[in-house]
Amino acid sequence: MTTSIFAPATATPRVARVITLAEAQALIWQEAELLDTLGYKAWLDLWTAEGYYVIPTERGDGDPVVQLNLLYDDDAMRRMRVKRLTSGFAMASSPPARTVRTVSRFVVAASEPGLIAVRGAQILVEYKYDRTRIIAADVTYRIVATDDGLKLDQKVVTLINADDPLHGIGYLL
Amino acid sequence: MATTAEPAATSSAGELFQGDRGDSRLYRDPALFAEEMDRIFKKTWVWVAHASELAGPNTFKTTQIGAQPVLVTRDKTGKVNVLLNRCRHRAATVCEKKRGRQSVFVCPYHGWSYDPDGTLRKVPHSWGYEEGFDPAQFPLQSLRVDEYNGMIFATFNPDAPDLAEHLGAARKWIDLFMKQGAGFGVKVLGEHSFRFPGNWKIQLENTTDAYHFPIVHKTFLDSLDEETENVFDVLGQGGWVEDLGNGHSVMVMIPALVDLEHDLDAPIPERFAELAQALRDEGHDEATVRKVVRAVGGTGFNLNMFPNIACSMAFFRELRPISVSETEVHHIAIGLDGGPELANRMRLRLHEHFQGPLGFGTPDDAEGWERVQRGVQAGDDMPIMVNRGVAAPQGTAEPGHDAGDVSSETGMRAAYRMWKRMMQA
Repeated sequence: MTTSIFAPATATPRVARVITLAEAQALIWQEAELLDTLGYKAWLDLWTAEGYYVIPTERGDGDPVVQLNLLYDDDAMRRMRVKRLTSGFAMASSPPARTVRTVSRFVVAASEPGLIAVRGAQILVEYKYDRTRIIAADVTYRIVATDDGLKLDQKVVTLINADDPLHGIGYLL
Repeated sequence: MATTAEPAATSSAGELFQGDRGDSRLYRDPALFAEEMDRIFKKTWVWVAHASELAGPNTFKTTQIGAQPVLVTRDKTGKVNVLLNRCRHRAATVCEKKRGRQSVFVCPYHGWSYDPDGTLRKVPHSWGYEEGFDPAQFPLQSLRVDEYNGMIFATFNPDAPDLAEHLGAARKWIDLFMKQGAGFGVKVLGEHSFRFPGNWKIQLENTTDAYHFPIVHKTFLDSLDEETENVFDVLGQGGWVEDLGNGHSVMVMIPALVDLEHDLDAPIPERFAELAQALRDEGHDEATVRKVVRAVGGTGFNLNMFPNIACSMAFFRELRPISVSETEVHHIAIGLDGGPELANRMRLRLHEHFQGPLGFGTPDDAEGWERVQRGVQAGDDMPIMVNRGVAAPQGTAEPGHDAGDVSSETGMRAAYRMWKRMMQA
């Protein structure tokens, strides 16, 4: 198992340039479309190697490192997760529920050369077994400029009902 | 999902389970579900909390027993109370928070206020009641409560046997399970919860179902290193399933991890090497490091306690029946109470890996259980088969206990025998 509680030592070098909100939106929407179309392998390439993808079980500003999360993925876990979702052997993902999502209500939370943090709202509808479900979430993105273009460096999906019973989810939020 | 209209179940409901076969109505008859709430969830001990969830005076959590919302409190004297979450006046719930700390519960509707032990403290504008109105006569309704090794249960039934008697042979396994506190004690660290569209007994069965593991959880196994994958070869290590009486059973998948304090000199698995070194670097002696690292990995068994709680390898698995075709499941993460923070961090990451709505295991379980509920709408006369099992390996189960091999459905039969007993009582 490659699950580690220790952070990687190296960080992807940043290019110190201003990232506009329009550029950030384009990346966020590219990501949303990849997830809706199950383009998971391409999705992996949107990330920095040290980036974290987090879905907490509580709303608020708690530290995900010391709390239980629904999902707390470093690079290795993201790769294993994509392998699982695309393997054909995961019952919940073979096939997964269909999803259509929109991300909007963007606000720039922080901006510095080479980095932008954006808050947004995500509304996702899933469909399986003649049933639709709506999943709403506040999402924060930390996006960095690298030699290889803009990359996701952190994404935290805080579900509107993070602390309430959910259901088995066989796709990515 | 549409549910088929069926004749109301009667007190002959127990007939629906015979030997090692169940009737489809076990999963899909709404009238039977209502009867289960009365005959089982109002009659036996139902797990409501772990002691660490009520850490100190004036703490509480809300939960439910069967369909009824309850408030679990620790009052200022340290006593645990389980109270119906219903104001004595006009029935509003007095608390809707999941957990917290408070010294009074005020009904939001007309302001009746209650102490954490349920005593009605004050009624606003009490002049509107006739003379002689005595608040002492209107506490929140309290249930019988008892605790075993941190596991808190409650029952509506004044005539239920004592908790110790009810748990019986399961107590030994609770004690073994709690060794994963590594001497620090066990503490709840957080929980995942989810619902699936299926009957509660489908989940009850699953806790002692090793047969599904290599099939349903192939993608989890594929995500492990080779050494750990071998540890999770649950069908290949001479394990067994043992009927512990009163509907309880234990499924031992990894016999080497029954007693976590046994053979602590064994090599530390590769996946824990980094943690072990970090603990040494923090100054812990080698004996402590080994004990903590062993505890972090969890036990090798699932203890299934009828009707709603399991000590499942490294976490508590609680089920709450919602309707005949909907069940809520809580996967409660536990760690070392006051133990090294790094150890608990590792416990959290391991829990997230398999458990919860986005784990590598749970979504597939939930999908499988939904498929059972969908499929059982077909074939009125076809039984649900829980007859699997050959003899348990020599020298495993306690003499006198019914037992089968690790893949046997012995635990399900044990649960259904108790179900039948209670439905016919």
